[in-house]
Amino acid sequence: MGSLADFWATYSTLVFTVGIHALLALSLWLTLSCGLLSLANAAFMGIGAYTAALLTLHLHWPFPAVLAAGAVAPAVVALVIGAPTLRLSGVYLAMATLAFGEMTRILILNLDITGGPEGLNGIPLATAWWHIALILAGAGYALARLRRSRLGRAFEAIREDEVAARLMGIHVEGHKLAAFTLGAILAGLAGALNAHFTFFISPREYGFENAVDILTMTILGGTSSLIGPVLGASILALLPELMRFLHAYRLAVNGLILIVVVLFLPTGLWDSRRLRQMLSDRRSRRGGKP
Amino acid sequence: MLSIRGVGKRFGGLQVLQDVDIEVPGGAIFALIGPNGAGKTTVFNLVTGLLRPSSGTIAFQGRDLTGMAPHLITRMGIARTFQNIRIFPDMTLLENVMVGRHHLLDYGGLALLFATPAFREAERRSRERALELLSWVKLDHKAGATADNLSYGEQRKLEFARALATEPKLLLLDEPVAGMNPSEKAVLMEEIRNIRDRGYGVFLIEHDMRFVMNLCDRIAVLNFGRIIAEGAPEEIRSHPGVIEAYLGRGDEAEAVP
Amino acid sequence: MLEQQLINALTLGSVYALFALGFTLVFGVLEVINLSHGAVFMLGSYTAVTVMTRFKAPLSIGILAALLVSGLIGLAIDALILRRLRARHAPHLIPMIATIGVTTVLTSAAQGLFGVEVQRFPTEVLPTGEFVFGEVHLRTLELGIVGVAFLLMGLLFLVMRHTRQGRALRAIAESPKAAALLGINVEGLFMLTSFVAAALGGVAGVLIGLNFNAVTPMMGQPILHKGIAVVILGGMGDIRGALFGGLFLGFAEVLSKAYLSSQMGDAVAFGLLFLILLVRPVGLFGRVLERKA
Repeated sequence: MGSLADFWATYSTLVFTVGIHALLALSLWLTLSCGLLSLANAAFMGIGAYTAALLTLHLHWPFPAVLAAGAVAPAVVALVIGAPTLRLSGVYLAMATLAFGEMTRILILNLDITGGPEGLNGIPLATAWWHIALILAGAGYALARLRRSRLGRAFEAIREDEVAARLMGIHVEGHKLAAFTLGAILAGLAGALNAHFTFFISPREYGFENAVDILTMTILGGTSSLIGPVLGASILALLPELMRFLHAYRLAVNGLILIVVVLFLPTGLWDSRRLRQMLSDRRSRRGGKP
Repeated sequence: MLSIRGVGKRFGGLQVLQDVDIEVPGGAIFALIGPNGAGKTTVFNLVTGLLRPSSGTIAFQGRDLTGMAPHLITRMGIARTFQNIRIFPDMTLLENVMVGRHHLLDYGGLALLFATPAFREAERRSRERALELLSWVKLDHKAGATADNLSYGEQRKLEFARALATEPKLLLLDEPVAGMNPSEKAVLMEEIRNIRDRGYGVFLIEHDMRFVMNLCDRIAVLNFGRIIAEGAPEEIRSHPGVIEAYLGRGDEAEAVP
Repeated sequence: MLEQQLINALTLGSVYALFALGFTLVFGVLEVINLSHGAVFMLGSYTAVTVMTRFKAPLSIGILAALLVSGLIGLAIDALILRRLRARHAPHLIPMIATIGVTTVLTSAAQGLFGVEVQRFPTEVLPTGEFVFGEVHLRTLELGIVGVAFLLMGLLFLVMRHTRQGRALRAIAESPKAAALLGINVEGLFMLTSFVAAALGGVAGVLIGLNFNAVTPMMGQPILHKGIAVVILGGMGDIRGALFGGLFLGFAEVLSKAYLSSQMGDAVAFGLLFLILLVRPVGLFGRVLERKA
């Protein structure tokens, strides 16, 4: 039992980080599953984090309420900017969400209530490992159920051919908004959880690099199934631990991973189709031998 | 069943359709033919809501659907296939057809979240219907295959099954036999007759004259954006305007086969 | 005072235009959103500073070095990455994601090579002197910046309009397949475009570095965002759009900073970007992202 406690003492931060990153990767996965490349999830994380932190620091709300607020606030923003923004496609959407992310960061940087560039300090520790585990499991379960339902099929159809999807009776705009908003909720939850674990948040954590971080995790893991984003998040969180010197070069490592994956492994590490293919090849090879 | 009245469409300075009047009856096979560029696919795009008419109205079973959003038009009972096939390439055949069931599955977020009996029942029935439709087009044995692995002809059949999955009352087929060999065409012809006999209406665009003449109950001819003739196959066959549209004036014009 | 602000605006705007020009060129010809343009801009600035500090070179050599080094980096990015993705007919988002990766790698490299502190141009090589009209001061430096920017933009306009290569590029922008059928060396021109666009970006970096006399590894970030705003404002793939958009943004930003507040100045770019994306995504002069194969 002592070794477990030791393990926990040393690595609890890591486990927390992996959990939060996994939530973020799933939030991006959700929007990608509908064909939307949204670079706004880091900003949504920030909105969730600041909302939750401010509620705790100034109004002393109980933790569950704070978490709920951290999920609702970015959802409201997503609904507001989503309707016009999601009319854009592909690269235009990516850039609009990039711009939105920058605007959010600048806003947070310049408001007094958010503490400006120094951010917010002294956020009480409220996140326990089981909060993250519960929410992550819940999110994973919900997304898995979504995939096996008409909602998931609709997202997939929109991703593959929007026009055909429309003609199947799918309300494309509504579904895109749903994916976008649900993604914002997950990102906001991640932000709220993170804020109550790291004591301190600042605008620097929710900018372009963080959006790139999330993108890298999801692309690295692969988007064909839910396992991919979680895998990618775990690897990216663990990498700096395994190779200490990489910590300083996190930015470069992310970039290299993006380039290498895009060039050589476009479907990511966990590609269910490729795995199925490999399994069936192996089976047929075994069966084919006399 | 489908009333296209006085419909016109212009793109910028170009008048693509003018004064188009078409009455598509229910329970019959109706064809829209015409030389390339006459505007036939534009008519389909207008009916399915992908484009708005510049003038005129379109009504389906008495309800005006001019300017309605495409997904709502589908829910009213109009389904469509495309000239250049638009299946969902990364999904399996079964999933493709099940997407067509989308608006018929009426469970909400909570039901799907907790896999309630209602949800499971709805999904099961959907799956059954999807497999049934795949068997109509003889593709049920490949239900689990990925759609982009299919041959051209098979993809056409898949699109057909998927359109049927939306439980339409009227099926719009845009060049359904393009690229098929004669035996495949014969099979599809039979298939479409079956569909009509089951009570669906069929409205199709085609270039293959023999196919159209042998299959259809009524034909309308579009040329340069205007309807120049409408009637039974025998009337169209010998209509001078139609012959001229296809073969030109002054040629040793044979009657359309 | 207004005239002074107008000079600032013109200076800033002309560099924004120059930067956006490179960005929009790559989009128009290669149909790629090259988000590493900001990093190239930053490296151009560092090249000039290093050359002028280490080798005591004059400003003109600094600019030339920046042009060459940035151009080569752009060329390398195309040859190593973009070309492979082209061969695979990857959908538009993929090359964009790859260039995001390139940005972070290059920014990291710059931090490693040059450190994070602000670097400045050696004062000896900077032009001093200014023209004074009443209360308005026009620094020789500002004149030079505007001059170089417009000179390069003018050259590009001339090349695009009146040379064989320019016509070929415009043909490719319409339809690469058709251009290839006409015997145009499409791949070669893609590489040339990458070089030229990056070179322009690098020079823009030097000019901004001179304007504020500050060079940092992160300077590519805000400019990239503004470049995106300019290009969307003016129209993706449209050269006139980049010019007008850049000048417009320069004016909007400087005047906002002067008469509203400093923070507003930065937000203005994004506000405009958002607005235009919502109202007219193709921009003032732009065309829809639809090529006929």
